[in-house]
Amino acid sequence: MNPENELSSNNPSPRAGSWPLWEVFIRSRQGLDHKHAGSLHAADARMAIENARDVYTRRMEGVSIWVVESRHLHASDPDEAGALYDPANDKIYRHPTFYVLPDELKNM
Amino acid sequence: MRRDQHIHYLLHLADDSLILGHRNSEWTGHGPILEQDIALSNISLDLIGQARNLYQYAARLVNRERGMKEKVLPGVKVSGEVSEDTLAYFRDSRDYKNCLLVEQPNGDWGKTVLRQFLFSAFQFLLYDRLKQRDDQQVAAIAEKSIKEVAYHLRWSSEWVIRLGDGTAESHRRMRHALEDLWLFTGELFVAAPYEQELLAEGYGADLSSCRLPWEDTILETLARAGLFPPEDGTSNGSAHTGSAIMTRSRAGGKEGQHTEHLGYLLAEMQFLQRAYPGCEW
Repeated sequence: MNPENELSSNNPSPRAGSWPLWEVFIRSRQGLDHKHAGSLHAADARMAIENARDVYTRRMEGVSIWVVESRHLHASDPDEAGALYDPANDKIYRHPTFYVLPDELKNM
Repeated sequence: MRRDQHIHYLLHLADDSLILGHRNSEWTGHGPILEQDIALSNISLDLIGQARNLYQYAARLVNRERGMKEKVLPGVKVSGEVSEDTLAYFRDSRDYKNCLLVEQPNGDWGKTVLRQFLFSAFQFLLYDRLKQRDDQQVAAIAEKSIKEVAYHLRWSSEWVIRLGDGTAESHRRMRHALEDLWLFTGELFVAAPYEQELLAEGYGADLSSCRLPWEDTILETLARAGLFPPEDGTSNGSAHTGSAIMTRSRAGGKEGQHTEHLGYLLAEMQFLQRAYPGCEW
């Protein structure tokens, strides 16, 4: 166990704050992709997967679990939303709605 | 096969699961961290579910034969048909046949996970044998349950390693927990009279064949945790040979002779049904 995660004597009842936060992604039985299910605390990756199993798959929600420490996720800045997303508003030609999809093509 | 011995055996299997499940459930709402509170509560529900399946089967066998209730449940003063609830809530400590290990108090988190580990390692081997046996009902219950048990074993092993190989304090606590619980492990492998009788007729499981694989599992995980079974200089030569570990052991639970802890557990667990029989909520 890493020293920073320890259940040390001066902290006899560890709070969630002493363990890092993890983001959980679950693939459901019919699902093709892993979807964000929520977050939880765990001391390491193996415990994070076990915790995710116990917290997020109790009702048969999933057949596969990914976890990643939250600090490894980088998010876009909400203040920049205008610059980032608004320019796409008037460019409908970017949608593939002008094509006829072949029947063989599934999952589009 | 004598049906009364068969029922005693089913009650023994069910009682192991129910009592350990109840002990674990005492942590619900008090776990060290939310995620682990949920994990242990899930394990409780698995164990209580196993107990329910076994009690339902035992109840059917009791009801099937006239006079069987009086024979196997002399202390139960409830009229009418026997149900899973009758078996869980209206038997006294002396009628319970769980091993002593599972009734031991929770202590700290380390002791709770160690108790789970010691029992799950055994239960996995036991159910692996039961799922191949002649009793179709028990085989089916074992087949269904063994996946749960495999997870309990994995989860508790992780914790034993984490705490044994953790800080000086967590290591010390695990060492004490091991000293507390170790002497209750010998009983797991000593067959009660009803087990001996069933085994002779091809039912149940040969406990002596579980012992060495159990020790392998335990010793491997303890080694990774930096822990060792307590030294024992006072072995009374109890019933095992070929064992790598000498154990002075306490036994009797499987025949109804329990430590003082079970009475308190039952008093809390049974209070409501005893005060208001048949009440639902």
